[in-house]
Amino acid sequence: MGFETIVFYVFAAITVFSGMMVITVKNPVQAALFLVLTFFSTAAIWMLLEAEFLAITLVLVYVGAVMVLFLFVVMMLDINVARMRASFIKHLPLGLVVLALMIGMMLMIVGVDHFGADKFAEPARHAADYNNTRELGLVLYTIYVYPFEIAAVILLVAIVAAIALTLRRRANTKHQKPEQQIAVQRKDRIRMVNMKAEEQK
Amino acid sequence: MIELSDYLILAAIMFSISVAGIFLNRKNIIIILMSIELLLLSVNINFIAFSYYLNDLAGQVFVFFILTVAAAEAAIGLAILVVLFRNKRTIDVEELDTMKG
Amino acid sequence: MTDNMENIYLWIVLAPLIGSIIAGLFGKQVGRSGAHWVTITGVAVSFVLSALVFKHINIDGGETFNGSVYTWMVVDGLRFEVGFLVDQLTAMMMVVVTFVSLMVHIYTVGYMKEDPGYQRFFSYISLFTFSMLMLVMANNFMQLFFGWEAVGLVSYLLIGFWYTRESAIYANLKAFLVNRVGDFGFLLGIAAVLMYFGSLDYATVFANVDKVNGQSMEIISGSQWSVMTVICISLFIGAMGKSAQVPLHVWLPDSMEGPTPISALIHAATMVTAGIFMVTRMSPLFEFSETALSVILVIGAITALFMGFLGLVQNDIKRVIAYSTLSQLGYMTVALGASAYAAGVFHLMTHAFFKALLFLGAGSVIIAMHHEQDMRKMGGLRKYMPITWITSLIGSLALIGTPFFAGFYSKDSIIEAVGHSELAGSGFAYAAVLTGVFITALYSFRMYFLVFHGKERMDEHTREHLHETEKVVWIPLVLLAIPSIVIGAIYVHDMAFGDFFGDAIFVLPQHDVLGELSKEFHGWFVMAFHALTTLPFWFAFAGVAVAWFLYMKRPDIPDWFEQKLSFIYKLLVNKYYADKFNEVVFAGGSRAIGRLLWHLGDQKLIDGLVVNGSARSVGYFSAIIRHIQTGYLYHYAFAMIIGLIVLMGLYVL
Repeated sequence: MGFETIVFYVFAAITVFSGMMVITVKNPVQAALFLVLTFFSTAAIWMLLEAEFLAITLVLVYVGAVMVLFLFVVMMLDINVARMRASFIKHLPLGLVVLALMIGMMLMIVGVDHFGADKFAEPARHAADYNNTRELGLVLYTIYVYPFEIAAVILLVAIVAAIALTLRRRANTKHQKPEQQIAVQRKDRIRMVNMKAEEQK
Repeated sequence: MIELSDYLILAAIMFSISVAGIFLNRKNIIIILMSIELLLLSVNINFIAFSYYLNDLAGQVFVFFILTVAAAEAAIGLAILVVLFRNKRTIDVEELDTMKG
Repeated sequence: MTDNMENIYLWIVLAPLIGSIIAGLFGKQVGRSGAHWVTITGVAVSFVLSALVFKHINIDGGETFNGSVYTWMVVDGLRFEVGFLVDQLTAMMMVVVTFVSLMVHIYTVGYMKEDPGYQRFFSYISLFTFSMLMLVMANNFMQLFFGWEAVGLVSYLLIGFWYTRESAIYANLKAFLVNRVGDFGFLLGIAAVLMYFGSLDYATVFANVDKVNGQSMEIISGSQWSVMTVICISLFIGAMGKSAQVPLHVWLPDSMEGPTPISALIHAATMVTAGIFMVTRMSPLFEFSETALSVILVIGAITALFMGFLGLVQNDIKRVIAYSTLSQLGYMTVALGASAYAAGVFHLMTHAFFKALLFLGAGSVIIAMHHEQDMRKMGGLRKYMPITWITSLIGSLALIGTPFFAGFYSKDSIIEAVGHSELAGSGFAYAAVLTGVFITALYSFRMYFLVFHGKERMDEHTREHLHETEKVVWIPLVLLAIPSIVIGAIYVHDMAFGDFFGDAIFVLPQHDVLGELSKEFHGWFVMAFHALTTLPFWFAFAGVAVAWFLYMKRPDIPDWFEQKLSFIYKLLVNKYYADKFNEVVFAGGSRAIGRLLWHLGDQKLIDGLVVNGSARSVGYFSAIIRHIQTGYLYHYAFAMIIGLIVLMGLYVL
C-alpha cells in the first residue's frame, strides 16, 4: 500500500465522517463547520487527482466565501434548535433504509466490476513542471470562452438577485436626501398669511 | 494504487449521505441547503476523477462551471431564506406548505 | 375597329357604374337633381352606345366581338377574366336593358319625388343597370355569375328599399333566400361545366360540347346520369330562381313591396328574364339534353298556367301584374323548352316593353291615388288620367296577344312552336299555354276594367285630387307604348323566324320547330290576319268578354263564385299554399333541425361533453391527484429519491 493510497483513504474517511456529521449534528453552526471540513478533505482528494487549481478554488471560494455566508446566515437567524431535532429521530429508520439502498445500488454500478483498474488504467503522472492552472486556463479562455462569460453573467445576476431579495427600505431611518434639499423652493418653506392687525384697545 | 472505482464509490457515498440529509432534516432548511452543496461536491468528485482517468480537461472545466453555479445558487438560496425568515419568522420546512394541492 | 368597339363596350358598362358611384357615395354633395342628372346621363350614354352597337352588329352585320379586357387571376392554367361577348343576342339585350332602364330612370324622377332616399334609389338602379349589362355581355361563366349575383343583390336592396317597413324586409329576405336556392343549383352547374370542360369561357365550352356529350357521371352510386343533363338541369335551377319559375316563384309577388319603378325594371323587364337569357345563351349545351328540355318545358307550362290563375283573385294592382309577369316568364320558359329560343327571347323583348309599360302605368295610377294599391278602391279613372288609360290599354292588349300588337307576334310564335314540338310533355305544355291565353286575357282585363272603368269607388278626398300625372311620368309611358305596338310587327320575321341571332343561338335540326314554322310564315300582316281564325285569338277574346261581363255587367257573379266555390278561391288566395308549405316544411324543418343540432349537438355534445366535459374530467382527476401534492419539500425530494432508486434498479438488473 503506497503513500498515495494511505492519503486517499485517510481523506476519504474524513470526508465521509464529516459528511455524516453535517446531516446529523444538532447545531447548524457545527454542521457548517463540518461542511468546511468536508470541503477541505475533498480538496485534498482533488489534489491527488492533479486538479490543483480546482482544489484551491474549492477552498478559497467555498470555505472562504460560501461557508462564511452560511455561518453568517445561521447566526443571523434566531433558530430554535431543540424543536428541530424532534422529527429527526422519527424518520431515521426510513432514512437509513434509503441510504443503504442507494449506496448498495450505486456500489453495484460504480464498483470494481465496471470501473476497475483493468477497465480504466491509471494514467501516468505528469511531469513536475506540469501546470494544471495554465492548462485549464488554455481551454477555458479558448474553447469555453462563451460558457465562461455566461458563468460570469450568472454570478452577476446572482449578486443582483441576492441584493434585490434582501434589500429593505426602512421608512423611519433618518438620512439625508440631497437631491430633494437642492430642489426645494421658496413656496415649500414659506407661507404668506394675511392677518388682521391687532386692535388697540 | 487507487482505482477509478474508489473515487466513484466515495462520490456515491457522499451523494447518498446528502440525499439522506435532505430527507431527514425536516425542520431546518439551512441543513438542506448544506446537503445540496454536498450533493454537488460528490458530483464534482466524479467529474474530476473521470477527467483524471480519461486525461481530458473537459471534466475539470465542468467542475469549474458547477462551482460557479453552485456559488450563485447558494447566494440566492440564502437570500430567499433570509426573506422567508423575515416574513414567516421560521425556517421550518414542515410549516412551508403553501404549494399544498 | 375592334379596338374602338372594345372601348365602346367598356363605356356601355362603366357609364351607369360611374353614375351609380357618384349618386351613391356623393349623394349629399350632388344633391337630388345632381343625382338624377348624373345617373340619367350615364344610362343615356349607355343606351346610345348600345343602340350604336345594335346597329353595328344586327343591322350592318358587323362581326361579333369576343375578347377579354382584364385578367383577374390565373389559377393552375384556369383563367378568370372579365370579357365581353357581343353578338346579336347580346346587342339586343343591351338595347332592351338600357332603354327600359332609361325610361325607368326618367319616370323615377316623378315617382320618387318626395322620397328621402332619392339619391340612394338612383344609385341602386344605375348599379343594377351596370350589373345587368355585365351579365348579358359576359363571355365566361365567372362573369355571368358575377352579374347574376350582382343583380340579385341590387334586387334585394331595392325590394327592401323602404327598409322601415316590416313587410319589405320580409319580402327582400324571402327573395334573397329563394334566389340562393336557385343560385346553388347554378353554381353547381358552373362547377360541373368547369369540371368536365376545364374552362369557363363560353367559346371554349361550346366548342367542346361534342367531347362531353354522351359522357355520364355517377352522383348516387349505381345510377348513371348523363353529364349534359346534369349540367343543364343545374343551370336551369339557377334560371328557375332568377326567373321565378315554379316552385321557386314565391319571391316575385312579394317583391312588389319595392317601389314601382323597380318592379317595372327589375321584376318585370330585365332581371327576371336573366334566366331566359342565360338558357338561350347556353343553347349549345341545352340542345344536347332532351331530358333537360322536357323539364324546362313542363316547368314553364306549369308556371304559365297556374300563376295566371292566381292573378284572378288578387286585388292589389301591382300583384296582378306580378302574377302576369310570372305567367309570361312561364311562356318564355316553355319556348326555351321547345327549342324555340328565338321566340322566347323575342317574347322577352316585347314583354320587357309592354310589361314595363303596364307597371309604370300602374305606378302612375298609384301616384294619382296617393299610394293606394287596392283595385277595389279605384274605378273610372279613364276620365281623370287619359294618357295613363290609353297607354295601359295598349299594354294590356299587347299582353293578351291582340293581333298586330307586339305581344301577339311573340306569344303566338311560342304557342305555335310548342304545338310543333315533339318532346315529352309538349302536349301538356300546349294545352297549358292555350288555356293560359284565356286566363291572361281574363285577369288583364279584370284589372283594366276595375281600374279604368265602372263605378268610382274611391273616397271623396282622393277623387278631388285625381288628375293626370306629371310629364316625367307619362313621357316614359308614351315612349314605351310605341314599341309595345310596333316592335312585334317589325321584328317578327327576323327574330322569330329569320336568322336574326345568327350564330348566337344554336338549335339542332331535329328540334328546329321555328324553322318549320317559318315555312308557313308569309309576313307580319298575314300572320296577324290569319290569327283571327285561330284558337288563341278566340281564347283571348273570350277572356276579355268574360272579364267585361263579370266585372262590368254583373259584378255580383265574382262574389257569388267567391262564396260558392270558396275552397278554390281560398286555394288561389293562398297561392296554392306554396308559401305555407315553404314556411312549414323548409323554414320550419330547418328551424327544427337547427334546434335539434343546437340542443343536441351544440349544447349537449360540444358544450356539455367536449368543452365542459373535458374541463370537468380534468377537475375530477385533479381533485384526486391533488392529495399527492402535500406541499412539503421533503416529500418531493423523497419522490425523486424513489425515482432515482427505481432507475438505478432498472440499470442494475
